[in-house]
Amino acid sequence: MTASLPALWDAGVLEALVAQSASLLTLDNFWLSALLKILLCTVMLMVVSLVGGYLEHKAMGHMQNRTGPMEAGPHGVLQLVADGIKFIQKEDIVPRAADPLVFAVAPGVALVPALLGFLVIPLGPGIWAEDLELGLFYALAIGSVGVLGILMGGWASANKFSLIGGIRAAAQLIAYELPLILAAAAVAIQAGSLSLVDIVESQATMNIFGTPVSMWFVFPQLLGFAIFVTAALAELSRPPFDMPIADSELVFGYMTEYTGIKFAMFLLTEYGGMVFMSALISVLYLGGWQPLPGIGLPGCEAAAGISDCGALGTVLGVGIMMAKIMALIFVMVWLRVAYPRLREDQLQKISWLVLIPLSLANIVVVAIGKVAL
Amino acid sequence: MSDLDTAEQVLPGTAPGEDVVFELRGDADFDTAEMSLSIGPAHPATHGVLRVVLDMDGERIRAARPVIGYMHRGFEKLAEYRDYRQIMALTNRHDWLSGFCNELGVALAVEKMMEMEVPGRAQWIRMLLAEWNRVLNHLMFVGSFALELGAITPMFYAFREREDIQYLLESATGGRLHFTYNQPGGVKIDLPKGFLRESVGLVESTRARLPDYVDLVLGNEIFQARTKGIGALPPEVALAYGVTGPSLQAAGVPEDSRVTEPYLKYGEIDVRVPTGDNGDSFDRFAVLLGRIEASLDIIDQIHDHIGPGPVNTKLPKMVRAPEGATYVRTENPLGQLGYFLQSDGSKNPWRFKMRTPSFSNVQSLPYLLRGQLMPDAVAILGSVFFVVGDVDR
Repeated sequence: MTASLPALWDAGVLEALVAQSASLLTLDNFWLSALLKILLCTVMLMVVSLVGGYLEHKAMGHMQNRTGPMEAGPHGVLQLVADGIKFIQKEDIVPRAADPLVFAVAPGVALVPALLGFLVIPLGPGIWAEDLELGLFYALAIGSVGVLGILMGGWASANKFSLIGGIRAAAQLIAYELPLILAAAAVAIQAGSLSLVDIVESQATMNIFGTPVSMWFVFPQLLGFAIFVTAALAELSRPPFDMPIADSELVFGYMTEYTGIKFAMFLLTEYGGMVFMSALISVLYLGGWQPLPGIGLPGCEAAAGISDCGALGTVLGVGIMMAKIMALIFVMVWLRVAYPRLREDQLQKISWLVLIPLSLANIVVVAIGKVAL
Repeated sequence: MSDLDTAEQVLPGTAPGEDVVFELRGDADFDTAEMSLSIGPAHPATHGVLRVVLDMDGERIRAARPVIGYMHRGFEKLAEYRDYRQIMALTNRHDWLSGFCNELGVALAVEKMMEMEVPGRAQWIRMLLAEWNRVLNHLMFVGSFALELGAITPMFYAFREREDIQYLLESATGGRLHFTYNQPGGVKIDLPKGFLRESVGLVESTRARLPDYVDLVLGNEIFQARTKGIGALPPEVALAYGVTGPSLQAAGVPEDSRVTEPYLKYGEIDVRVPTGDNGDSFDRFAVLLGRIEASLDIIDQIHDHIGPGPVNTKLPKMVRAPEGATYVRTENPLGQLGYFLQSDGSKNPWRFKMRTPSFSNVQSLPYLLRGQLMPDAVAILGSVFFVVGDVDR
């Protein structure tokens, strides 16, 4: 046993990793606090994702000259709940040639990272599960674990379409992880921190030539924003980058052989991923829970910083964050309605020949600006 | 995204796929195994039960073999046991998207054998409905081709237009898909009151909506990147395979039997035949849209020509074609439809052979798919317009 291992468990190291701004959910009672934090992540995955899914159904419907679901609940609001119940009732079919263990584990491997990602997302002033020092790093790292589940599902299904879908998903992840991280790195440089809470706060208090200015990072880093959104779409396999699913070529890609609750878990992963990426985009570029650049929430002025705003400010902040998430999901749906699908090699070409050089240039510009201003 | 557009370097007929940066070649340093992938008979890309067996190396297609016959319904044999009026109801089913044009072919063949005079109004009505049927058919393929490429919305918009047209046709024929409106010597009944007024209005509204497809699908950068230079069919190959219709016209051959061998009253009006330059998927789609526009222009001219008069001739109790044989070819929405009719003088045809456009179009698939990528296969399958029922009969 080397000496480094005990050092990892040293309290000081952990203190440094779990960082400075305590969440409102951190209570004296450890178990109650843990329960609240788990609840926060679960609600984000299970409830907000369903709202996003409903938004997709409805927005797509109205853009396509139809109404979308109308029967389950008023205006079909319960459609996805009904779908969930239906999925649970479905027979769980495992192909005879499939690897049963990997086949069964894969949806979980895909779903759990989607859940864990919400751990570091700040939803409002004081509303987050943990504010890790390495929050951005953690969020990007955990987001890319999910593809392992997709690859496992594609491989274990013993279906050629699934296999091609799984491999496409892996290739897509490798290609788009890089511009995603490089674009996020530019944000970290400008904010001077990897903590997502710090990133939000620094968008309220930026110093330009000694003057404090509130500036969302989307304005100085419009290019980085565009790169991040494109790469996030590809990472989520959302149209026009939905080659891993590509229903007209690969039937349903890696999900072809899945039925019932396992299929539902993959679907939930997709919607959870949309919510997670939208939340991350809001935090990195759109000022998190701030209503408008330069305008704070009520109650924030009195308290120190923008992370402690009192009851009204907190509720409003969460509401604004949710509105931003839904707006971004709406844009994703809009793109799905408007665009055809790219080809796999064209997608790789965009990533390696366009996005990565641009994101490197973006880092250079941001770094120069950071030093100069 | 203009750097995606690599169509300029690709000439029609050159081996496709040389424009991609990331080659998936089998003769690379590492060993790759060939995989046989069976697309269909039940697969979302084939809209119908066409099966295509692909020998694949990674995502690159080495060889493609279409397997047909999953939907063989024996129409040619069935026709030998039906009288000429009943055959109408058979023929509007083999290509269910061009029902009216199909039955028109039978009617023309029987009339030709019986040397029957068809009243002028009946001929104009037939042309009017045939052109509307053509628009109906092409709208379906406009939607479905975009759907193959992952654009889901054009389908819904195409169906909105189709619904209006089907409503119009239903008012005259009572049918939405299988019209059964023709009969030897004319059409069953006259058009209902106000049909022409509705038709004039519908031409306007359909024409007003066409620019949407041009802007949203044809002009879309991703659509162009996916289709330009993909699946180029040179004219000589197209002619060798017997490919007709939009696919042949996209290759630059203005063959259209409404012009080259006019039937009905097509000789009296101006029929525009849109053609393409490269014969690739993009051109096929552009020609399809052009044909919709051309059909709307024809419908406008028909409105000016159509006059009063009888719409059918008195038929004997049993229609009997005299002994002999004839071949009639008509320009169907998907290409040239030919009916070879041989009669021994009885009430049924002795032999009724169909030359269907989809069958010939599908024959060109092995040529088009060889060397392509799997996603391009879908772009090609969607743009070589065919109806599986029309392939298998």
